[in-house]
Order: sequence, then C-alpha cells, then structure tokens
Amino acid sequence: MAFNMDWDVFTQDATVADGPWWEYLVAGIGWTLTLSACAWVIALVLGSVIGTLRTTERTWVVQLGNAWVELFRNVPLLVQMFLWYFVVPEFIPPLKRWMVGTEPIYAQFMAAVLCLGLFTSARIAEQVRAGIQSLPRGQRYAGLAVGLTQAQTYRYVLLPMAFRIIIPPLTSETMNLIKNSSIALTIGLAELTFRSREMGELTFQFFPAFAAATVVYIVIAMSANRIMAFIERRVAVPGYIAGGGK
Amino acid sequence: MNFDLGVIQAALPYLWKGMQYTLELTVIATLGGLFFGTLLALARLSSIKPLSLVATGYINLMRSIPLVLVLFWFFFLMPVVIQSLTGAERPPFIGPDRTAIITFIMFEAAYFAEIMRAGIQSISRGQVNAAYALGLNYRQSMTHIILPQAFRNMLPVLLTQTIILFQDTSLVYVISGTDFLGATSKIAQRDSRLVEMYTFAAVVYFVISFSLSLLVKRLQKKIAIIR
Repeated sequence: MAFNMDWDVFTQDATVADGPWWEYLVAGIGWTLTLSACAWVIALVLGSVIGTLRTTERTWVVQLGNAWVELFRNVPLLVQMFLWYFVVPEFIPPLKRWMVGTEPIYAQFMAAVLCLGLFTSARIAEQVRAGIQSLPRGQRYAGLAVGLTQAQTYRYVLLPMAFRIIIPPLTSETMNLIKNSSIALTIGLAELTFRSREMGELTFQFFPAFAAATVVYIVIAMSANRIMAFIERRVAVPGYIAGGGK
Repeated sequence: MNFDLGVIQAALPYLWKGMQYTLELTVIATLGGLFFGTLLALARLSSIKPLSLVATGYINLMRSIPLVLVLFWFFFLMPVVIQSLTGAERPPFIGPDRTAIITFIMFEAAYFAEIMRAGIQSISRGQVNAAYALGLNYRQSMTHIILPQAFRNMLPVLLTQTIILFQDTSLVYVISGTDFLGATSKIAQRDSRLVEMYTFAAVVYFVISFSLSLLVKRLQKKIAIIR
C-alpha cells in the first residue's frame, strides 16, 4: 500500500481545539458516552413502563402502548433526529427561545438525548413485553391467588423474572444505542464519529482517524457486553435460568 | 406558524426521484446482502477453521461499529486505496451513489449472515445426515435441502431486516447522497421549510414501513400454520 499513513498525527496540535488530536477525540468519546448514558436511562424507564402496560388487560392502554412502539419503530432514526431538532421546537415557543438563546451544544445534546431515548424506549418496551409474556401464565395466577394486587403481582412476581430473562436482548439494545448515538453528528453534535471525520478532513489522515474511532467503538461494545454479562451472573436465580450466559 | 402544503406539492417530482433511489438502494442492498450474507454464514459454520474465523471476525467487526462510520470509511478511503492499488495520478471519483451501494451490501451482509446462520442452525441435524446418506455432496445438500428450508424459516426475520434497511438507507444523507431524505432536506433548506418537509418525510417513511410490517405479520401467521 502506497498511501501515506502518519500515526504521529494523534500527537500533533488539533487545529480546531486546544491540545493534540488525541485529546480532541477523547473529548468526543466523552460526548458519545454521556449521550448514550442519558438516553439509556430515559429508554429503560419509559420502555419498562410502556412494555409493562402492554401486558395489562385494559385494551386502550395496550393499544396506546402498541401505537407508541409502532410510531418510533417505523420512522428512520435520522428523520426522528431532524424532527426533534428542527420541527418540535417550532411548535413549543418557550423551547424554541431556549434553543436559540443557549449554546448550540446544549440544544443539540437535548434533542439527541430525547430522540435516542424515545427511539430506544420503543425497542425496550418490545423486549419487556416479550419477557413478561414468556413467563408461564401460572405465575400471574399464583401471584393473584396468594392475595397480591395486580400491581404487587407485577412488582414482586412478574417483573423480577422478566427483567432477568431479557438481559441478553437488553445488552444488544444498549450496544445499538451507543452505535446509534453517532447519528447525532447530523445535527452537529461533536461526538466521536463527528470528530474523527473532522480530524480526517483537516489532516488528510483519514485512515488513522477512522481506525481510532473503530477501535474505540469495538472496545465500548465489548465493555458494555462484559458489564451486562456480569450483571446477568450477579442477579441469576439459582437453578432457574442458567447463570452467566454469553 | 403556518403549515404550507404547497411547498411539498411543488417538490413532489424531485422527491419521487429521491424515493426511487431509496427503493433501488434497498433492493440492491437486500439482494447483495443476502448473497454475501449466505456465503458468510456458510463460511462461519464451515469446519475449515481459518475460514470460519475470518467470517466471524468480519461479522463481529461490522456489527460493533456504527453504519455512519462504515459509510465514512468507504466514502473517504476507497478512492485513496484504489489510487494506491492502480497507481493512478489522482484518486478516482466514486461518488455517494456507488459508495452507498457497496457499503450497504457489505454492512447488511453481516446482519443477514447472522440471520441465515440462525436459520441454518434451526434445521435439524438429521436433515443434513439424510442428505449425505442419499449421496448428495455438500453443495447439493445445501442448495436443495438446507438453504430452502432455512430461507423459509427465516423469511419473516429477513423481511423485517429489509424494512430496517429501508429506513437505514436514509443515512446516505451523511455522504450527501440524494435519496428520499436527501431530496427532502435539500428542498427544506432551499425553501427554508424544514417543518413541512421533515414532517412529510416522517409520514411517508412511517406509512411505507408500517404497511410492510403489517404484511410481514400476516405472512408470519401463514407460515406458522404450515409448520
């Protein structure tokens, strides 16, 4: 291969920020992780609530939950990102005023967190519903039979088992979320992929820049996988679901 | 604020062109992804160790990095790599369209490969043994016995992945491709009508993806009865 690759580029001064390029990329990793973490909290809370509601007996609640899932699942994430950043503020004047007045990075961050959080909540809701419905029907009846209310049955019988079952799919949703956070670059949020492209364009060292981003994503994905596997082992019910998993 | 439908109407011919490109890209990437994905799945399940290691590595790599980053890899680096291989004076122009087709085929192949692998592994061992017992060789037992059944088992999942792919093609926006969303956003910026155009794009994507997913659900029920 003849094209020149200069790996020293990482220690050279970044033209767009103080400090060398590697520091600039590390700050990008910070944005990627912060964005993913905030969105993950929203997604887990909302997804659990909506997923649970979809297994209740009230038809209109179930349908509302289904509508939520279908809505977020059938519009491309990139379009949703544009909706949250460009369209929604137009209908909420106070939000619009705040977005215009504040630093762009806060406005971008808020839109991206909402977008990724709600998008992922629909996917987690689907996992939670599947998890609850995969439990034998007898568990619900047993809970009600010993005198628990419906809420208590969910809290003490169904959900603890369902959440253990769905840890593997939740792991892949978490990794999807981290990958999806790169789409925030389309609204100008300077996360990892954004910064590696900028570094490539300004130094013409695309290969080292993208290679660095790729390695970081692989490391993040593997760490997320390990953490979830650790949680799965820690919470495994002895003798019920094989502890550990992959 | 006023919602101006006229803007959308005036842009329809241009948007339709974008949609044609989106559909074209979806179909080509699906077919290419299926072809290479099946090969990858076979390689991954192969008893030849190096082959299965390479396939597994490729699939895991593609599945752990964002599609946007893969698009950038090909968009910015392919011209330079081709230049250094052919020794040309300048990097050749590849453009967003061809970059998108190559990237989506290579990226989706990894996802289709995992679906196909699950499909192949869902076929009971006895089928393979029976095929060998009848004197078929590896290729014959795969093409006549295993793959047709695997495809059928996996059809709903494959179609769902195709719907996801249809939505993902909107990402060619990041390399300035003019797919449906690219066309929408160009008009939106030209006319400063972001609200109308992006809402319209969302509605169109929703209607198409939702109807397709309903069709897949019906198909799933049909197949489930036969099995």
